[in-house]
Formats: sequence, structure tokens, C-alpha cells
Amino acid sequence: MRRLTPYLLILPGGLWLAVFLVVPMVFMASVSTQEGDVVNGFAQTFAFSNYTDALARYQTQFLRSAGYGLAGTVLAVLLAYPVAYWIAFRGGARKSTYLLLVLLPFFVSFVLRTVSWKFLLADDGMLLGPLKSAGLLAADFHVLQTTTAVIGGLVYNYLPFMILPIYVSLERVDPSVVEAARDLYASRAGAFTRVVLPLSLPGIFAGVLMTFVPMTSDYVNAAILGGPANTMIGNIIQTEYLVNNDYPVGAALSFTLMAVMLAGIFAYARVLGTENVLEAAAR
Amino acid sequence: MDLRNDPAFLRGMTHSRRDALRLAGLAAAGLTLGACGVQGKKAAPPEKDAVADYWASKKQNGALRFANWPLYIDKDGKDYPSLERFTKDTGIAVTYQEPIQDNSTWFGKIQPLLAANQDIGHDLMVMTNGIQLSRALALGYLVPLDHAKLPNFAANAAEKVKNPVWDANNAHTIPWTVGVTGVAYNPEYVDGDITSLQELWNPKYKGKIGMMLDTQEVANFAMFLLGIDPDRSGRSDWEKAAAKLREQRDAGLVRKYYENDYVDALVRGDVWITMAWSGDIFQQVAEGKNLKFVVPDEGGTIWTDNMCIPKGARNPVDALTLMDYVYRPEIASMLVEYINYITPVPATRDLVVAHAAKAKKAEDRKFLEGVAESPLIYPSEADQARLRSYKTLSSAEEKFFEDLFQPITQG
Repeated sequence: MRRLTPYLLILPGGLWLAVFLVVPMVFMASVSTQEGDVVNGFAQTFAFSNYTDALARYQTQFLRSAGYGLAGTVLAVLLAYPVAYWIAFRGGARKSTYLLLVLLPFFVSFVLRTVSWKFLLADDGMLLGPLKSAGLLAADFHVLQTTTAVIGGLVYNYLPFMILPIYVSLERVDPSVVEAARDLYASRAGAFTRVVLPLSLPGIFAGVLMTFVPMTSDYVNAAILGGPANTMIGNIIQTEYLVNNDYPVGAALSFTLMAVMLAGIFAYARVLGTENVLEAAAR
Repeated sequence: MDLRNDPAFLRGMTHSRRDALRLAGLAAAGLTLGACGVQGKKAAPPEKDAVADYWASKKQNGALRFANWPLYIDKDGKDYPSLERFTKDTGIAVTYQEPIQDNSTWFGKIQPLLAANQDIGHDLMVMTNGIQLSRALALGYLVPLDHAKLPNFAANAAEKVKNPVWDANNAHTIPWTVGVTGVAYNPEYVDGDITSLQELWNPKYKGKIGMMLDTQEVANFAMFLLGIDPDRSGRSDWEKAAAKLREQRDAGLVRKYYENDYVDALVRGDVWITMAWSGDIFQQVAEGKNLKFVVPDEGGTIWTDNMCIPKGARNPVDALTLMDYVYRPEIASMLVEYINYITPVPATRDLVVAHAAKAKKAEDRKFLEGVAESPLIYPSEADQARLRSYKTLSSAEEKFFEDLFQPITQG
């Protein structure tokens, strides 16, 4: 009995994953090589051309999504690191309060937060309106429906996912290690770049994983804040499924996106060092 | 690519491939896929007595679950006066919900259930004529209506809304409301009266022009501009229309291809001139916003939101009873006074005038007079002559059409 216990313990979770992750994936893999339309039905013809066709048609959106994901992730690291650093080393007794503040936006729905940007940034809204009437901005200047707005929305929505892992890794840095570096004549900057930063790399790594993937496949920000030239691959997949009912193309695009992101992440792990991806993610 | 459209080739291919799939031991996956409704089937042509067969064993159950769009029924606080009256008159209790925001997402949600012959949780729903409704009809997802039980529809519906092209003899649908897609603009930013569609291509409004995301909507407008009647249009016409839309997009004129959110963008001043739905603008104007709506000289689109009963409905008799009930002029007038789209019951106009005369508050009287006078609710003959429907597309045409226009609105 005792030998079985670990297996029994993972049984519920394992079954959950098998039923709700593995089975749908097998499904989608099968659908992605079918042909037909929703009225006449889809038939399995092993049409791998679905993949090449979809990729050829939507490569712009693929590249654009990757670009937005990358830009958003870099911005998120730059914004999140100082915040995490400050909470970890200067937060003092109120650390948990500051962490709660970081998480506070999650108490409001994701879509609602994004929609609120539309009011803030409207062409003649509370932010741009006064600047325009003061003559500081051109009359036709606008933020909504631009690349800036979409990337800004992505960073805004996923920032906490970057702050938290970096905070956790910085929190674990023993202050006496920094003191030791200073005692050994390292400058403040030297102590940071040669001691603190390397020790917090696993946190950055996890943060990048947790933000780059959802940013790249996001579609809400592009739909709400973007214009005709900001469509991301997530929007295309949504349209293929729900508007066109073209399930094979939608499935092929989803699998391609997944494959590209997995490959990208493994390459990234390789470049970053010898860190094992799974190990780093588990920290 | 060419072979894909050849049904004979596909059919020949299908069977051997499907057998191969089974042999490969993936039968389980295949079976589940079937349950998932991926294997859609074209409905057989309706039997002669499909209507009698369907309705023979159906009885009134005293309950009805109605799925509609938001802000699409008269409302008084939390109550729906017309539905309450319906319950009082017929003893049928109505569960009214507003789960429909968009035809395509709605159809995406219910399609798997309908394909599996299951109840979608609603007995009556409202869908716009267009690609999804045609799909639902082609797939046999809608219950054939028993017109013997629709006397008010026969007596009171406008001749114009009867026997539409997308559903001959109203065999499966009857209208809930009718609306017009035209051009709306904000006179604060736009000088003079707008009368032409050309203004949507005017470089003066660069980055301040709103177009719609829906492919049929934008395609129709480009065709109007080119002087093409959508009803008689074909592939080469669509290519010309697409080129016109692409030119507008590439010149940076279009701010965004909007869904229903164009209204907010127009009110906020993000766009100055936009494609718009008549009732939305009427409601905004009634709330005191300074906006204008026109049916352009070149033409506008007329569309119909239709009531229909999904296959697998639990209370079809109750649904049919309501479908007829709302064609009583006094009920239809309650609806039009709130919804402000074109009513399919012309007799309501006199009732609205009468209600206006009886109104106690001056502002109510003014509002109701506005409804009765409004060309957006009771369009003039001249306006109506300029209105066209969406083209009804076959599934082969639909693919061509979508592949042509979608990259423009969703590039």
C-alpha cells in the first residue's frame, strides 16, 4: 500500500490533465490535418498542407506577435526589476503589503482593465485632450490603435507575472553575501552586477517564461487597443475558429504557434546558460 | 487547392482515409471527433410534411427560454413589460437572457450542441440574416415553422419582410426587427451635411474613419461606392470592391474595423465618421448626443434580425406562441418604442402617435413623436429604394469571399 501511495496521490491531477489536456490535444492534432467545411463536414485527409498554407498566409501576424511578445517582455523586465529589487531589499516590514498592491489589479477583470485604457487614452480624453488644447500635441496625434498602445497594454497586463518571480529570487539573496562583496572592495555597482544580478537570473528566467508565452499568444489587447495594422496571431486563430468555423486552419495555426514558442524557449534556455528549463521554471 | 473544392475527389478520398485512420488505431479519437460535431452534415431537403411531423407531438409546456441581444427588448427597471403581458395572457413563463453579442461567436458556441442534437438551453433565439444564419439553415439546425399558428404574423407583418431571399416563405424564421447600416458622423468635427459614401474615403478624415469588422458589411459599402448591386454581384465585383477597401486601408484612412464598439469611439471623438447601425445612433441622439445618421446616396444595407427555434428546443410550442404574440400591433409598438430599430409591423406607427398624445410628461411625448417621425424607424420610400441586403453566399462562394475580405479587416 505504501508503495502505491505516491501514485494514488498523483492520480486525480494526472487524470485531470489526461482528460482535459491530452485528449483535446490529440483531437486538435487530428483536426489540424483534416479538410472540408462546417456545412459538409470535415474529413481526415492528412492534409499537412494546412500547415504550410496557414503559415504562408499569416506569417506577418506570426512575426508581429513574436515581435510584440519580445518587446513586451524586455520592457517588462526593465520595469519589473527595480520594483522587485525595491520590495525585496527596501520593503522592510511592509513587504507583504507591497506584494498585495502588485497583485491588486487581478481583482479586476482582465478585459475591464484593458477597456479602461480606451477611456484614459481617448483622442480627446482626459489625458490627450488637455495636452492637445495646450498645443503640446498635434491635433491628429493618437495613442489608441497603434503599436505603442498594444505593447503598452501587454506590459501592463502581464507585469505582475514578471515582478513576482524576480522578487522571489531576490528575496533569497542573503544580505551577508552582498556585505562580503563590499568587504572585498567591490563597488556598489560591482556587487550588484557580479553578485546580486547573477543570483536573481533564475527569477528573470521564470518571469520571461511566464510573460513571453502569454504575451505572444494574447489577443485581447490587440482587439481592444489595436488598429488594422496590429492584428496578432491570437486574433487570427480566434477568427478561424469562431467566425470562419475553419477548424483545421485554426488548429494548424495553434500547433505551429505552440511549436515555435517551445523551440524559442529551449533555444533561449541554451543561450542563457546551462540552466535546465524545467528546473528553472520549478524554482 | 483546386482539388479541395471538388466534391467527387473529396468523397473518394474520405472513405479510404477514414478506414486507414481506424486501422491506425485512432478510432477512439475519430469517434470523439464525431461527437464534437466536426463532421457536419448538410441537411436533407425538407420533407413535404416536415412541419406536420415536427409539430404533431408537441405540446405547450408553460415555459419559454428566450435568447436575445442586449438592449433589444422593452425594459422597465428589472421588468420586461411586454413579456409580463405575454405571461399574463398565455400562462407561459419566460426566462429572458441576453447571451448574444455577435452572430459568429454565438453560432460558434451553439454549433457543437446543435450538431449533437442537444438542447442549447434556449427555445427561441434571434440571429441576423447572413453567413451564420445560412449555415444554420443549411445544416438543418432550425425548426420548420407552423404558419397555421402564426396568424398575427400573416395579418400584420409588412409585405417587405415576408418571404426573404435567405429563407423562402419564412419557413424557419420570422423577423424580430430590421435595421439599416449607413453612415454616422459627429457634426462637431465634420463640416456640412454628409450625403455620399465617398466621404469614408476622404483623406481629410485620415485616421478618423471607422469601418466595420464584418466582411459582408464592408464589402457591401465598397460595392455601393462602385455602383454594384450586391444581390447581383459576383467574384470579379468582389475583387474590385476588395481593391477599393484595400486602397482605403493602405492610405491609413481607417482608424479601426469595429464591432459594436464603434458607438463609443464615435461618441468619444476617436472617429469622426463611421459605418453605423441605425438604432444605435437613434438611441444616442435620444440621449442628447450630437450625432447624425444618413443612408448614403449610393446605398445602404438593410438587414433583419430573425426569431428562430433551434432544433432540440424543449418548449417549441411556447416559442411559436411568443413569435406570433409580438406581431400584435400593441405589443409590437411597446417593443419599437424601446428598441428604436425598424419594426416589421407598420401598424405600430399610429399606436406610437396615439401613445405620444396620451403621454403625461412632455419629454416622453417628444420622444415618442420622435420615434413616429424618425426615418430611421419608419424609413421613407426614397430611403428604402436605396437599401440592399447582404448577398446570400453558397459555401464555395463564402470561402472565396472571406479569403478576399478578411485579410483587409483583419490584416
